[in-house]
Amino acid sequence: MSKRYAMAIDMKRCVGCSACVIACKEENGLALAAFRSWVEIETRGTYPALALEIHSERCEQCSDAACVSNCPTGASYYARGGVVLVQRELCTGCKACVAACPYEARYIHHDGYADKCTFCLHRVEKGLLPACASACPTQSITFGDLNDPSSDLVKLLRSRQWKQLRADAGTKPNLYYLT
Amino acid sequence: MAFTRRDFIRIGAMAGGVAAASGLTTDWWSLQARTIPDPKTDGDHVVPTFCELCFWKCGVLAHVKNGRVTKITGNPAHPLSKGRLCPRGEAATALLYDPDRLKTPLIRRAKRGQQVFEAVTWAVALDETAKRMDAIRTKYGPEAFALFTHGWGGSWFTRLMQAYGSPNVAAPSYAQCRGPREAGFTLTFGQGLGSPESIDIENARCITLIGSHLGENMHNTQVQELATAIGRGAELVVVDPRFSIAASKAKYWLPIRPGTDIALLLAWMNVIITEKRYDADYVAKYAEGFDQLAKHVESKTPEWAYPITGIEPQLIRDSARLIASARPASLIHPGRHVTWYGDDTQRLRSIAILSALLGSWGRRGGYILPSAMELPKYPGRKPQQPARAVADRREPSLYPLADETLASGVCDATIPGKAPYQLKGWMVYGTNLMQALPAPQQTEKAIQELDFLVAIDVLPAEITGWSDIVLPESTYLERYDDVWAPAYKEPFIAMRQPAVEPMYDSKPGWWIARELAARLGLHDYFDWQHPLDVVRWRVEAAGQSLAKLRATGVVQGARVPVSEEEGLALSFDTPSKKIELFSSTLASAGFDPLPDYSPHPQPPDGMFRLLMGRAPTHTFGRMANNRLAGAVYPENELWLNTLVAKSLDVKNGDRVTLENQDGVKSLPVRAKVTERIRGDCVYMVHGWGHTANGMKFARHRGASDSELVSRYATDPVMGGTGMNVNFVRVLKAEA
Repeated sequence: MSKRYAMAIDMKRCVGCSACVIACKEENGLALAAFRSWVEIETRGTYPALALEIHSERCEQCSDAACVSNCPTGASYYARGGVVLVQRELCTGCKACVAACPYEARYIHHDGYADKCTFCLHRVEKGLLPACASACPTQSITFGDLNDPSSDLVKLLRSRQWKQLRADAGTKPNLYYLT
Repeated sequence: MAFTRRDFIRIGAMAGGVAAASGLTTDWWSLQARTIPDPKTDGDHVVPTFCELCFWKCGVLAHVKNGRVTKITGNPAHPLSKGRLCPRGEAATALLYDPDRLKTPLIRRAKRGQQVFEAVTWAVALDETAKRMDAIRTKYGPEAFALFTHGWGGSWFTRLMQAYGSPNVAAPSYAQCRGPREAGFTLTFGQGLGSPESIDIENARCITLIGSHLGENMHNTQVQELATAIGRGAELVVVDPRFSIAASKAKYWLPIRPGTDIALLLAWMNVIITEKRYDADYVAKYAEGFDQLAKHVESKTPEWAYPITGIEPQLIRDSARLIASARPASLIHPGRHVTWYGDDTQRLRSIAILSALLGSWGRRGGYILPSAMELPKYPGRKPQQPARAVADRREPSLYPLADETLASGVCDATIPGKAPYQLKGWMVYGTNLMQALPAPQQTEKAIQELDFLVAIDVLPAEITGWSDIVLPESTYLERYDDVWAPAYKEPFIAMRQPAVEPMYDSKPGWWIARELAARLGLHDYFDWQHPLDVVRWRVEAAGQSLAKLRATGVVQGARVPVSEEEGLALSFDTPSKKIELFSSTLASAGFDPLPDYSPHPQPPDGMFRLLMGRAPTHTFGRMANNRLAGAVYPENELWLNTLVAKSLDVKNGDRVTLENQDGVKSLPVRAKVTERIRGDCVYMVHGWGHTANGMKFARHRGASDSELVSRYATDPVMGGTGMNVNFVRVLKAEA
């Protein structure tokens, strides 16, 4: 069976430290102003009845990705494991994908092409974890194959409650936030 | 149609010769040739060493490619990082390649009535430094020269001071940070907690944080263990005027009125003792003074504590019961930066006493008793005892329970009449004293009294601007240092070694110290050629292989029992050889033998107590210049309660300035208007608001908390400087 890569991100463990963000920037040699991942901390309630929701966010690697269907040149495509990639040579930097993405996961690289999280497929192909999952000091990020029932990922999704961000956008995201 | 067009462009691109020849893969949807982008940041080799971005010293792997460090990852073999780093450690490349680094030795010269720094050779800078140190030694005696040091590389300069003959070696990490904790625990259990702290977070079933915002302060291993404990279902109790990240994960958040923690701790003890929830067997076996303690807290009910702390009695009771229900695996976290109000030793005593009632000292999930691997000291020539004692206090009877030198006291001793003898020269290694010591106004005054000030640092922080000579040090990624073997539950020896050659004209600390020693006639004390000579001797004396240590960055020793559960017999190095709930040592020194609550002044109308803490991306002031960390957290903010902000007409993101009770004004800082803080205090992250011209990225970003700490309350027990005693007014900044 083919692979379907996904991530479960444990909001109970995550402290929002941004180690994932910096690891991503270093691994992928991103410019200082460029981000493929980021952390959102949402406050709910009023003092003193408060709650936080901490999201380590990145491209959701949607199974029905608006960026792919809206790409006029075919630069955005589904690669191995369903990971959405951008073929740089085909990208004209038209920003249709940037506008289409409900998660604001894309930006235009200074060389003119659309860029975003690749799930570190270059690492995954070598049997390594994506840089963020490998770096996370709280081990909040579990990467794996949804089609492998023995994976830690599937076990977590079976045993824990989770939610998805902006599921209403209908793009079938593949990040699961454990609550 | 779309398919045709896509195909056409692809061919066009290939005709342009752009398509990569390697790494082609085929996807199973379109059967189209695609490349997986590889940023190629893996090193052609990897150097294991340990981090120096904060004091935790995690094991790292520096990935080196074509002579440049491309990325830093955690060393999986190292017990403190376990292959994972905090954002600061990962951002070390941005320190190494910081364009603002000190690049060459500098000497202050007077030119046409102006003071300027002149770039000079190392020979000139070292000759001049040695000449001026020698002049102080001759004129005032070597004791008149002090070293302020922070960081692992400081060991070479400590050695230099010992050889030179000065006892005045101080680190702000004691009296400005963890000192009261060491004193409070030593008084109670006969030993302090050291670094990394001897606590067992991962096995705790309940973790209580009192003003500690673990998760925002990224003590890597502790945060890793906190997540593990949460994953295992541990409960959290968080006492903090701010709804910290940790508070958001807690079963109980107690938004306490600042300065009243001792009252809460006494009320918890009251509940735990009156409801007989303490570990009676443990207390009977190991502790003394229980009856006095029980009598002492009898009247300290939750109802007594309510008007003081603002925490409702039911919440005090519920949290006390949860804490007690998890004993002995109930960890009252001791914190680290605990110099708050001047009665800090007594607050830490309260934490220690509560921990004793829970039977959590020497128990799994509580306080554990690790040991270090044997690592003999390098033999070298033994320095003579200095002729005079440390000058860090006016009279020897002051601060009787301090067991390290007070950096604040050494600073004071530079001002005439404040100490038995006056200090005339400073060497400042790796610490920006203008932000590390309270009351920078006073530090500036002391500096004006000096004959000579030399700073050794990586970045041109404020302290370097006050120096006569500035010596540029290599970062940790460019140098060897001594080996490190702390007491830890998984004992280890760790290696500091360079990943790349020193950049610019920077030099490693060991070289600077050794060159100065030679010029001061102290070469006998540095009878080695290279730090590896020292490291090799020590590692081999420990029965370990240097080759193995260099290859892996760390060697681990055998685990020894660290708790009663593992078979460790408990003993206490106190006068009574028991846990001293009642401290006869404190009583005979004239202090409260049992901690008591006494009120601290509260802010007057229109003013707020200034509290400070950490962001996970930033620990020390030098981090504010780190462009990679700054990409995530570009400036500090002033946390301001929503209702208060409304009354001040301050909106989220507005720039405000702060003015404290002494008229000290801050640089403008953005307001973070939030429900997550009480209305009687404001909060900001430490280490911002730099004014040094050379810190080009950090300069004028955010505001400096240190500057607003123009007052502090001194802990009479050990000399700690309580810094949470300043009140500020919030003013809208002019546009």
